[in-house]
Amino acid sequence: MGSMILRTAAGFLLPLLLLFSLFLMLRGHDEPGGGFIAGLVAAGGFAFYTFAFDTRHTRRLLRVDTRSLLGVGLVMAVLSGVPAAFFGQPFFASQWFRFTLPPFGEVTVSTPLLFDIGVYLVVVGVITTIVLTLADPEH
Amino acid sequence: MLAFAILSAFAVAPLAPWLHRRAPAASSWLLALLPLMVTGYFLTLLPAAADGAVVVRYPWVPGLGIELSFLVDGLSLLFALLISAIGAFILIYSGGYLAGQPALGRLQLLLLLFMGSMLGLVMADNLVTLFVFWELTSITSYLLIGFDHEKGENRRAALQGLLVTAGGGLALLAGLVLMGMAGGSYSLSVLLGEGEALRAHALYLPMLLLILVGAFTKSAQVPFHFWLPNAMAAPTPVSAYLHSATMVKAGVYLLARLSPALGETPEWTALLTFVGGLTALTGAVLAVRATDLKRILAYSTVMSLGTLVLLIGIGSETALAAALLFLLAHSLYKGALFLVAGIVDHQTGSRDVTGLRGLRWTMPLTALFAGLAALSLAGVPPLFGFAAKEMVLETALGTGLTVTLTVVISAALTVVAAGLVGVRPFIGEPSPTPKAPREGPWGMLLGPAVLAGGGLLIGLLPVPLIDALLGAALSAVQGRPAVLTTALWHGINPTLALSAAALLAGIAGYRYWNPLRRSLGALDRLAALAPERFYERAMDGLVWLADRQTRLLQNGDLHRYILTVIFTLLVLVGYTLATRHPLMPEISAQLLFHEAVIGAVILIAAVFAATTRSALGAVAALGAAGFGIALIYVLFSAPDLGMTQVLVETLTVVLLVLVLYRLPGFTRISSRARLLADAGVSALAGATITWLLLLAVEVEWSPTISGFFVDNSQSLAHGRNIVNVILVDFRALDTLGEITVLALAALGVYAMVRLRGKER
Repeated sequence: MGSMILRTAAGFLLPLLLLFSLFLMLRGHDEPGGGFIAGLVAAGGFAFYTFAFDTRHTRRLLRVDTRSLLGVGLVMAVLSGVPAAFFGQPFFASQWFRFTLPPFGEVTVSTPLLFDIGVYLVVVGVITTIVLTLADPEH
Repeated sequence: MLAFAILSAFAVAPLAPWLHRRAPAASSWLLALLPLMVTGYFLTLLPAAADGAVVVRYPWVPGLGIELSFLVDGLSLLFALLISAIGAFILIYSGGYLAGQPALGRLQLLLLLFMGSMLGLVMADNLVTLFVFWELTSITSYLLIGFDHEKGENRRAALQGLLVTAGGGLALLAGLVLMGMAGGSYSLSVLLGEGEALRAHALYLPMLLLILVGAFTKSAQVPFHFWLPNAMAAPTPVSAYLHSATMVKAGVYLLARLSPALGETPEWTALLTFVGGLTALTGAVLAVRATDLKRILAYSTVMSLGTLVLLIGIGSETALAAALLFLLAHSLYKGALFLVAGIVDHQTGSRDVTGLRGLRWTMPLTALFAGLAALSLAGVPPLFGFAAKEMVLETALGTGLTVTLTVVISAALTVVAAGLVGVRPFIGEPSPTPKAPREGPWGMLLGPAVLAGGGLLIGLLPVPLIDALLGAALSAVQGRPAVLTTALWHGINPTLALSAAALLAGIAGYRYWNPLRRSLGALDRLAALAPERFYERAMDGLVWLADRQTRLLQNGDLHRYILTVIFTLLVLVGYTLATRHPLMPEISAQLLFHEAVIGAVILIAAVFAATTRSALGAVAALGAAGFGIALIYVLFSAPDLGMTQVLVETLTVVLLVLVLYRLPGFTRISSRARLLADAGVSALAGATITWLLLLAVEVEWSPTISGFFVDNSQSLAHGRNIVNVILVDFRALDTLGEITVLALAALGVYAMVRLRGKER
């Protein structure tokens, strides 16, 4: 459906949007952002790409079935609650791990981050599934 | 360590299909190592459990009193050992049963999942933990009954089992909650000491009835017994494991577990003895009526479950001791017989007792184990089944004539069933079978050998381990220390005479099986069909109701849907506001110039969206209104909300355009009067929401909630963005619920669009 200009723009914009969505997700705990918003940005990128090209291109770009993103995201979100059990705390009590990784200095990993990545994947999966299904119901 | 042992099956289960692909022949043996190790670990707990209950707790939802906690005492250990030990042999057996088939990996996965759920069920201390594992066993049972899911019949049987047991599970949940409320704790170890208070509580009867429905559905008691024979659609190792040795005993376990808390009241005794006795008779009669090996065994299991419920209902020390002996003996011989039936089916291609004869020549080892197990089932000395039956008869004699008659009749009919399954197919002249019979592979023979051999060993010799285990279990059920032995010989007494009479009557019944079978046919309608027909009626009724209410409420007219939603909202919100906040709110907002401009833009966009004749125009106008609202969020310093709103608006427009693309052109189908009515409804809805919002601004909220988030966001959750901290940490469970709904919505859209695509 797209014109030359739209296609060229989409080719440049999608990587930028995806990068921006990662940025939004990772900074979300301290600054405006988070998995939900980031997921919407990424999904918006894919929707734009679908308009510029077609669903076939988007599917090829995504590589995975969008529906499996839903499952993977939900499983990650649930699993993020489990580590608390090993420390004698209630399910979903957040856990923070700090350690030093040579080139980067001190690194912090936490279960809310895992949860947020799960949210991100579910949101991307939901929107892309709906967009691709509506745009190409025969697939 | 304990939690690890119980939950390890869940961790290993997902690896099973992978392991099966890598090493198809060895995978079953490797996987069986896990239950063997777990068995060994449980054995080390026995001395501690014999001295008293050990409780291990992990907080789960402490705010609601829910925890992941496990209770180790004699009773839970007895069950746990049965589950893990038999589980190991079942895994090995299924390796032979489905040898070379790719589906084996899935079977191993499900069996391990079931094992973990069942272990969790019998070890659970917290009532909610128990319920969760209880339902997990129902779900794994559903998946296992429908294992061969390409047959519609199997799927129907699986669904029937699920609906009956999970429906009972809901009643159980209600009963457990009542018990938790009445006893002031959700911990079994606490509640067991609160027996006096629970029995005297006003909610005792509803509590008892609800819990009994849960236990009776799970343990296939009359009138819920019909699902168990249908569950024989499952592969045979599954029938042996779930539908004989372990899962169907979950109801019996629950009754035994709760008997110190709820037992020994007239209601308890009357209900359990009546239902248990009726179930024992029904099962025994139907077992003799059946001709399929697995169905005979299934009905005979129903009979055993009824006897167990009867014994727990009587509740004396002898009765409880008899129940535990009978339970152990039954798990051994019935497990063995099921596995033997599986070997016969696997090697000959037939399970019909009328056509199977003379297999002892071709399958001598199978015949030997079948014979041993059948003798134990029939209660012939010196097998363990005899000791168990002696105890049952002794209890019955001490209780009354009706119970004695029930037990003797069902014992005699069980002898017939034992002969049909364990003797008849193996003697006589060989008859042709669909496949030429051959001895089973030794992986499949191992299970029956150990189980049938165990029955002989425990019968012949005193096994200190078994005595210690049963003694600890009896102490736990009774709530006070007790000793129990498996001694075979009780002396010459009325019990022995009854036992011999039942045996002789059974042998006569076996000799004249055909006439007996025909004469019992008259009971068929009453015993087998009535409850199942009721179930089918109920299912049809459910579908009818769903159909009618869908036609009424979901008739496809979007206009009516929206009206329904809005009217509901108006009535509920309007009623609450009018009764609780009858005052008009004060309007004291100062409007800045740029706020007024944004407000005007939103208003114009909304009016345009409502009046335009272009669908695309309406979508764009709605989008404009949404962006205006996003701007308001940003102005009032809620950047997260603003960003979300902008993104959602953008994507909504995209989705609407995609939908509009497939719709026919815009037409006005509503009459002028209808449009006016709609406008009135809209105005009313808008006014109500405005009223609500104005009031909401005025109400002073409890300051502690938002204050807590502001104060603790940084210190507890290490985040400065409070909105995100709330989403992913403080209220992560809510978010999990929300993304689950989102995912379901996406799948719904996918399914709906795809289905329409196919219809065309």
